[in-house]
Amino acid sequence: MRPVDTIRFGLGSLGSNRVRTALMLLAMSIGVAAVVLLTGIGNGARLYIVDKFAALGTNLVIIIPGRAETANNTPATLVGETPRDLTLEDALAVMRSELVERVAPLNIGELSAVRQGLERQVPVLGSTASFLQIHHLQLSQGSFLPDEDWDIARPVCILGSKVYQELFGRQAALGELIRLGGYRCRVIGILDSEGRSLGFDTQELVIVPVAFAQMLYNTSGLFRILVEGKDQESLARLKTHIKTTIAKRHYGEEDVTIITQDSILATFDKILKSLTLTVAGIAAISLVVAGILIMNVMLMSVAQRTAEIGLCKALGGTRRQIMAMLVCEALLLSVIGGILGLLIGFAGAWGIAQVYPELTTTPPLWAVVAAMATALGTGLVFSLLPAGRAARLDPIRALAGR
Amino acid sequence: MIELSDICRTFAVGGQEVRAMDHVCLAIGAGEYLSIMGPSGSGKSTLLNIIGLLDTPNSGTYLLDGRDVTSLGDEQLAATRSLKIGFIFQFFHLISRLTATENIELPLMLAGVPARQRHQRSAPLIDSFGLGNRRHHRPDELSGGQRQRVAIARAVINQPAVLLADEPTGNLDRSSGAEIIELLEELNRGGQTLVIVTHDPEIGERARRLVRVVDGRLASDSGG
Ligand SMILES: Nc1ncnc2c1ncn2[C@@H]1O[C@H](COP(=O)(O)OP(=O)(O)OP(=O)(O)O)[C@@H](O)[C@H]1O
Ligand SMILES: [Mg+2]
Repeated sequence: MRPVDTIRFGLGSLGSNRVRTALMLLAMSIGVAAVVLLTGIGNGARLYIVDKFAALGTNLVIIIPGRAETANNTPATLVGETPRDLTLEDALAVMRSELVERVAPLNIGELSAVRQGLERQVPVLGSTASFLQIHHLQLSQGSFLPDEDWDIARPVCILGSKVYQELFGRQAALGELIRLGGYRCRVIGILDSEGRSLGFDTQELVIVPVAFAQMLYNTSGLFRILVEGKDQESLARLKTHIKTTIAKRHYGEEDVTIITQDSILATFDKILKSLTLTVAGIAAISLVVAGILIMNVMLMSVAQRTAEIGLCKALGGTRRQIMAMLVCEALLLSVIGGILGLLIGFAGAWGIAQVYPELTTTPPLWAVVAAMATALGTGLVFSLLPAGRAARLDPIRALAGR
Repeated sequence: MIELSDICRTFAVGGQEVRAMDHVCLAIGAGEYLSIMGPSGSGKSTLLNIIGLLDTPNSGTYLLDGRDVTSLGDEQLAATRSLKIGFIFQFFHLISRLTATENIELPLMLAGVPARQRHQRSAPLIDSFGLGNRRHHRPDELSGGQRQRVAIARAVINQPAVLLADEPTGNLDRSSGAEIIELLEELNRGGQTLVIVTHDPEIGERARRLVRVVDGRLASDSGG
């Protein structure tokens, strides 16, 4: 039997039982659509988050006091010393390199902000002028921290948009005084309500000069130091530079942890990728379920068509041909159902992209390939049993309808 | 061309053995016209199925054109059936979703003949069988006689040497039954061996040779 004829015969057979065929196509296409759509969404979410991270600047290096590894036998840990603080001097020392674009020391804590009897707890972040660029923040009013010596504890603050609303309502705030943890300070700027930078909600933030924050928290230490490298290529060299500089200043001890934005990004990327895969796997199970449905329906169809199968044998059809005919039918279902599913999946992805424009939900190529392969695979595997049964039918009994 | 010797065929039914063929010997020459008669359950269909290679005997030898066909594999059996045997059934066994033409061309399709050659071979056959204006009709749009003619056309499209008909008129009224028999006899006159199983004595008597089967044995044989 020629392949064209096998396909034509299979199509004819599928066409002769529309309801049954439609049901199987539905099951198959839902499975494929689910795989394609879910991976599309998962991938979109991954790209979205990675993109947000990248917007922060992938040249960012973060210095955190204390070592991430717990077991290291430096003399300091042996005598039970707490890790040495990071200081403004450390930050300044790190800055002295052509590899560094800008540095922002960071201090953070929570204080009560009071104005005319209105009070609320807010996270107060101490930093310097360069924090604005490093975190890509935008002001809606006023100006950011002045670019001056870091140890000037100027009592000024920048309010997050929500903090501003809660303390001032709709009144003008620039130049007004508020109380932060007992100290008076002047509002010099208000952050744009635009979004949420990773780590904290910028709408609920108060930013003050780092020296002022150290005074408020009564500390000389820093929460962390943000270092923006000149470019991506020199990041490794920048890390060594930071390591040696800090070690030199800390009497030879490497008591800081250095994180690159890259590594965080890579971790996130990995997590989200495996998440997408998991979701796709679950969707693929629905494809296998569709395959089982195909098997059941085909078993029924073989039972209904015993006479036809017996006839084909009597007319010179071999077992192999009978098998090929039925497997071909199942594969046709898989292909047509798969294509329908792809159409549905892509349409769904497009629809979601219309509602959430920031999400690129285009299903990745591998998902399309995998979904189609699974569809074909299940079609093949689950048609083998019914097809084998048909091929073994005794033609006489089959013709007698027994 | 057909030589059956000492053929036995038993069926196991519920632990019991049913002997449908009991040491049957039968030789049929090329171009013969033979009818098989006998009471119901005597083994007529079993005999025909063995001749047509749809069934294999438990013991005995079957030489078809001098070749032992009792131990052929599936592929060879199918090929032999396709080339040498044409089957005609009581219940026509046409595929209802296919047109008359497609049904007739089915054996050629199974044999892998390209569509164009199939049409070249089926077209004259359809005309000579008086189905010219029915070629695109489906079986349920045809009368019983027309359906059986389609079935016969299907049986002879491969120009097999042997035509085996199991009660071909069993499902037809008298006049269309007679037409079918005439059609088969005409094919026989063209040289094809014809074996008809029938309950109708009138049809049985028409054959040049009449074999009676009783209880799986040949009870009488008017020729051979
Ligand atoms: N597949 C089978 N399984 C079990 N027994 C069978 C089978 N086929 C035939 N038989 C038995 O073999 C015997 C002969 O059957 P067969 O069909 O050849 O009879 P027949 O002469 O064609 O009868 P009829 O005139 O009713 O068609 C019967 O007793 C039947 O019950
Ligand atoms: Mg019978």
